[in-house]
Amino acid sequence: MSAVLEIEGLRKTYRSRKRGVRHALDGFDMRVEAGQVHGFLGPNGSGKTTTLRTLLGLIRPNDGRMALLGHELPQALPAVAGQVGAIVESPQFFPHFSARDTLGLLAQAGELPRQRVDEVLELVGLRDRAGERVKTYSLGMKQRLAVASALLKNPKLLILDEPANGLDPGGIREMRSLMRDLAGAGMTVVLSSHILGEIQLICDSVTIISLGRRVAFGPVEQVLAAHSQGTVRVRLEAVIDLPRAADALTRAGIRVSATEPDHLLLTGVDKPASVSRLLAEQGLYVSELTPVAVDLESVFLELTATAPVPGQHRQVDQSTKVGEPGSAGAGGGWGA
Amino acid sequence: MSLYVTELRRLSKRRLTRLLLVLLLLGLAGVATAFSFSSHKLSPAVVAEAQAKADADYRQAVKDWERSVTECDAAAARGEKTEDRYGPDCGRQWQPQPEMFDPKWNLPYQFDFRAEFPMFIAVFAGAVALFAFIVGASFVGAEWSTGGMMNLLLWRPKRLAVLGAKLAALLTTVLGVSVVLGAFWTLAFWLIGTYKGTTAKVTAGVWRSIGLDGLRAVGLVLAVGAVAFALASLGRHTAMALGAAVAVFAISEVAIRIAVGVLGVAFGDRFVLSTYAQAWFMKQVQLLDYDACEFTKGECKPAELLITWQDSALVFGVGFAVVLVGAFWLMRRRDIS
Ligand SMILES: Nc1ncnc2c1ncn2[C@@H]1O[C@H](COP(=O)(O)OP(=O)(O)OP(=O)(O)O)[C@@H](O)[C@H]1O
Ligand SMILES: [Mg+2]
Repeated sequence: MSAVLEIEGLRKTYRSRKRGVRHALDGFDMRVEAGQVHGFLGPNGSGKTTTLRTLLGLIRPNDGRMALLGHELPQALPAVAGQVGAIVESPQFFPHFSARDTLGLLAQAGELPRQRVDEVLELVGLRDRAGERVKTYSLGMKQRLAVASALLKNPKLLILDEPANGLDPGGIREMRSLMRDLAGAGMTVVLSSHILGEIQLICDSVTIISLGRRVAFGPVEQVLAAHSQGTVRVRLEAVIDLPRAADALTRAGIRVSATEPDHLLLTGVDKPASVSRLLAEQGLYVSELTPVAVDLESVFLELTATAPVPGQHRQVDQSTKVGEPGSAGAGGGWGA
Repeated sequence: MSLYVTELRRLSKRRLTRLLLVLLLLGLAGVATAFSFSSHKLSPAVVAEAQAKADADYRQAVKDWERSVTECDAAAARGEKTEDRYGPDCGRQWQPQPEMFDPKWNLPYQFDFRAEFPMFIAVFAGAVALFAFIVGASFVGAEWSTGGMMNLLLWRPKRLAVLGAKLAALLTTVLGVSVVLGAFWTLAFWLIGTYKGTTAKVTAGVWRSIGLDGLRAVGLVLAVGAVAFALASLGRHTAMALGAAVAVFAISEVAIRIAVGVLGVAFGDRFVLSTYAQAWFMKQVQLLDYDACEFTKGECKPAELLITWQDSALVFGVGFAVVLVGAFWLMRRRDIS
């Protein structure tokens, strides 16, 4: 398989006179194979949009290598741009033009036939409202228009930054089948989203980013398999004892990945019996101890260390920093 | 090329462009119409009427004077003092003379195409420059602030070509508007001259001079549009261009004027932009330095400084180049987010 998108050691540093430097991208790597639907995941502020903007030539990186469709960027960008359709972070359109005018102007600038405009309007379900001014559109309608603009040139690579943002349930489902159809027709799709259930349904592979570095990547099943080992759910006789149990387990070096109202989720447990013994020694009696098959969401929360902790308000930038083992939070902020 | 055509279409689709164009048309038509009412053709009848009125005025004045002298004489005969009221010798030396009643004063205002049209070129240029400024600034400013520019760059990731196409579309539009409206403007005043004024002595040489005035006016209008465009692009907002214009005006016309006055610099007006604008239209402006005179030593010819339209071209050209090069340079380098 050939790579449609390659990024190696990408770095983007924002400098502010007041608050020093911020490494939005800190040696980030990414690779997307042809014909895949690839999920691009990460907590808020982890650098997804920055990556896509850099790739599309909107911002210039400080370091690193990028290639799209086998051409080195940014030199070859004008040449490959015709084969790359993209939306970056809910694009805004000139509010006084209609959707048809907006797309018509883009099509003209890209030397595309006019009938393509009506095709994509039909595709995203805006046909009957295409003559109205964008200003009067709802959030989801604007998002559909954005997707339409990315599809306009019938690209080989489609890059969508949070395309489901604002879509209704029907729209999300349509988007899902649209992605599948496009991938089936040979298009490569890169999709950034926070709706992980959706990603798990439509993506072949994922890249997970945290604080500007890659924390996991690969086919979805592999990522899930690599991180679902040793995940167990623990219920106690008395719910009230859960915090004490969590405390005892943490002290014993077992990772508590989630504290739910009625159970705990533990990860990296080799022998479930040890959990049972440990808790019994504390006078806490287990009523259920089941291995669980994890979903992408829990893997994401674990990998990025962004699972909510009761009584704490996690701040943005508190997530896994690759290269600093076990450290979650603190690092990566301004002045890092 | 497709980019350029697209931008032309985008510009003409904009509501602001259309609205301002209508306002500009109405404004210019209004000025020309109102002006046409204030000018009156000096036909032989009107001239004869003015002459007749002057003659009548003269005769009336002589009559009044004669009566006043007679009254004075009568009063003097009664032994009253007449000096204060009628002047010495009963005011006999103040007999009205015919040349004191010039029939010209009784003539209505008549528009003289040859002498006055150049001023109306400046009026026209001012109005179209305002149009060019607002349209130019908002064309690119709105694109930046609404995110349209980013979308376009995702499509055609050639920044300089995109900005250049937009600028070219703007300048073509402004040029078209100037030429078409300028032709109508000239025609309107020619008609006013023909039917309600005079077009006497408009030789080929006069037309050539008017043509050159027109060229300079269009040049200024295009430069204003381009600078507004560049400023709005630099600041990524329409308001940036307006702000910069206000700031330059305040610095040039207020701050520098005051500073120059306080410091007593000779020929202070040469540091003020409006002097150069004036010179651009009038071909030259003469600055006089009365401070160099010592009037106690009698009459004095003040020192002179001549500002020509070539000086204006230099001053405006440098400013224009700096702003434009800056806009394109920053376009090439900046992060767009
Ligand atoms: N222009 C900028 N100046 C300074 N810092 C910036 C700038 N743009 C982005 N950043 C910082 O870079 C980091 C990455 O931002 P980015 O927008 O890429 O996040 P993201 O992964 O897209 O987040 P989200 O999921 O919220 O969309 C953030 O910490 C952000 O504050
Ligand atoms: Mg983002």
